[in-house]
Amino acid sequence: MNSPVSTPLRPVIIGAGPAGVRAAVTLAAAGLRPILIDEAARPGGQIYRQPPAGMTRPPEALYGFEAAKARAIHTALAPYAGQIEHRTDTLVWNIERGALDLMHRTADGQPVSTVLPYDSLILATGATDRILPLPGWTRPGVYTLGGAQIALKAQGCGIGQRVVFAGTGPLLYLIAYQYAKAGATVAAVLDTAPFANRIRALPGLLNCPDTLLKGLYYTAWLTLHGVPLHSGVILREVAGPEGAVSALHWRDSHGQDRETACDGIGLGYGLRSETQLADLAGCSFSFNDLHRVWLPDRDAAGRTSVTGVYVAGDGAGIAGADAAEAAGERAALALLQDRGLSVDTARITVLDRRIARFRRFSAALWTAFPVPAGWAQDLPDSMTLCRCEEITVGTLRRTVQADAPTELNRLKALSRIGMGRCQGRMCGVAAAEVLAHETGRPVSAIARLRPQPPIKPLPAATIPADTAGEATP
Amino acid sequence: MTRHLRADVVIVGGGIVGGSAALFLRQAGASVILMERDRPGSRASGVNYGGVRRQGRPPEHLPLSQRAHALWASLESLIGEDGEYVRSGHLKLARSATDMASLEAYAARVENFGLGLRLLDAADLRRLYPMVGDSAVGGSLCPEDGHANPRLVSPAFSRAAAAAGATILDQSPVSDVRITTEGFHITSAQADVTVSAPVMINCAGAWAGELAARMGETLPIAVIHPLMAVTEPLPHFLDVSIGVEGGGIYGRQVERGNFVFGGGRGFAHPKAGAATDSTPPDYARPERHAALRLLAQGTGLFPALQGCTIIRSWSGVEAETPDHAPIIGPSRIHPGLFHACGFSGAGFQIGPAVGAVLADLVTTGRSVTPLDAFRPDRFSSPA
Repeated sequence: MNSPVSTPLRPVIIGAGPAGVRAAVTLAAAGLRPILIDEAARPGGQIYRQPPAGMTRPPEALYGFEAAKARAIHTALAPYAGQIEHRTDTLVWNIERGALDLMHRTADGQPVSTVLPYDSLILATGATDRILPLPGWTRPGVYTLGGAQIALKAQGCGIGQRVVFAGTGPLLYLIAYQYAKAGATVAAVLDTAPFANRIRALPGLLNCPDTLLKGLYYTAWLTLHGVPLHSGVILREVAGPEGAVSALHWRDSHGQDRETACDGIGLGYGLRSETQLADLAGCSFSFNDLHRVWLPDRDAAGRTSVTGVYVAGDGAGIAGADAAEAAGERAALALLQDRGLSVDTARITVLDRRIARFRRFSAALWTAFPVPAGWAQDLPDSMTLCRCEEITVGTLRRTVQADAPTELNRLKALSRIGMGRCQGRMCGVAAAEVLAHETGRPVSAIARLRPQPPIKPLPAATIPADTAGEATP
Repeated sequence: MTRHLRADVVIVGGGIVGGSAALFLRQAGASVILMERDRPGSRASGVNYGGVRRQGRPPEHLPLSQRAHALWASLESLIGEDGEYVRSGHLKLARSATDMASLEAYAARVENFGLGLRLLDAADLRRLYPMVGDSAVGGSLCPEDGHANPRLVSPAFSRAAAAAGATILDQSPVSDVRITTEGFHITSAQADVTVSAPVMINCAGAWAGELAARMGETLPIAVIHPLMAVTEPLPHFLDVSIGVEGGGIYGRQVERGNFVFGGGRGFAHPKAGAATDSTPPDYARPERHAALRLLAQGTGLFPALQGCTIIRSWSGVEAETPDHAPIIGPSRIHPGLFHACGFSGAGFQIGPAVGAVLADLVTTGRSVTPLDAFRPDRFSSPA
């Protein structure tokens, strides 16, 4: 690490979604020369993910109401092309003692890993779907909600002709709307959250009336177009012949068993922050009761417990794209302040107020669309929980009986859950819920998986290059 | 109020050594309390590579290793599960004529110990192990060596001890040790318990040196962080555990298809443990490029590894002695205290035998297995 008297290194931002792009632009506007690192080829993150070059659907078709925002993020970097070094197609696979490990491929496809020291780092790592499996969920044809949306946005294809969107969260309705608009038959939208929750959340949701209105618009549009919307359901089983989906079995809010024929299912329970890099950077974490996950501790500006490390956007707790833009800018301003540079304090006041409002809205969303209570209680032993390692619920229950693990890492060591390709990114939340239920402890009391690099699979052929530090500004 | 427990023997450390010592002491009729700072088998015993190998050990270590070999044969009856233990064979490869000569010399030196080594020339190697790449010119096979899953085996020893009547106190790091004429009084403030026993076994792994120091005894233990990593599952290509003469990479393919490999070092987890004192860290992480460098060697030896991905790497917290031989035997200064530590990255295979030897020492005052190479008083520095 650099001593305080030396010239600071170029600030590094990880993730080129709404938070990362806004952070980069804010730093560039202040005269710094940030390095923006992203796994994708083009900026936008997942929410404003761009199709591959050559696909020509207009933003209006891809992003609907959000087209202007998407376009703004896509084009925000260009004016600062000389100042922002945008490293595309680059995976940050590790953070170790003040430096990042980056993997990219050379022109001939050779993966190379380089070392990038940092003294200020903004983590804008985004989120993935929160997955709570149900029997049959491993059948081809079952996708995450986010995956279903990416298929539409980035590949221009759907997950089926006749699809069901199930789980909970505002994304259910948005994606159902997008699929219906794209010409698919949406056979049903099945929300596990009782409708009463939405009523209860209404005062909080009024913090962002525009967003609330959009949500209401989607539901109204779906209803108007004959899409059955059900809330307070229990998802029971994905049925079908070998290797396919033919129906989703569910129980309605009156306790009636129902079945909806379909050939594709989008499943998700809100989003889950990607926090492995914050963990590897040494940030302290706390359990968040609302999100039911561990999140990096941060102040209102995004400063973590580690000096020089900031978090912004959904990677710091789910609040959506608009909140991410504000948080990215706010974290960048905090970074500038911490470097002793002057910032527009009036702008900070505006952003802080906006972020607080988004946070109240997001809290209301978790009230409206909570993770279903008791999800873990009626799971059949035979259900696969971890696809990478093919670990069933029964295996976890037997492990709990044999060893009485009290936290997730012990369960992992004894059962292999979270040891596969995804390293627990997909199965970790569900495993935590099962362990909490089986041991009768709150999910907050069973810790979280310790991160182990690489955070995503790293090609064995990667050539390690011990590059020296980056040029200072 | 602090609980006060008594037993014939108090064991500090719930790794494979502590767990097996507890089991064998119970079988010999002693009452046993085992204190473990976290969960049994959660540190070096549970996160190591999983080699169950005699080949390559110095001749003076082989009687202990052979005793362990016999115990591994009855693993399932000892701990109630198979622990994924397989006698796959251990193949030590030579990458040069010089290395091959070393393997030949070793085979001659240990001829009378019954390892059943088979020396393979290049032609044998190609015929028997066609998956081995051209960078190997020969090898030495120990057909009855193998590997097991340390995550399963090591905790199971403590579980078996508990089933046999031992008391296992987990989450019980030692905060105070008192020695009186009646014996040892070990307190864990965290668990709010004091255990008193006339006999104490220190098998606290990386924490053993610190524990000995509390009792005024210096054990020359350094903390090391061996590195391990694993690939995604691959089609089966390797049915033998691999080592390389002169060191470098070691590797095995598990039943699920993943290639588990090790070599090199990690570093102490930056935020864990009490960084301000001499306490070893709770966790460690691999050096950033160590796994990639290792696997570059691996792909030279095994073309089947080309194109795969590494999905995880890890390290552990282990104790090493200056001569890389463990410390096993009675304390130089406290009658009734026995040390079993400093396994220097090679304790998993011998672990069960060390437990058996400790039970011998405690109950009969002597060990039928020679322990001269492991005497705590062999180091020149006085207490």
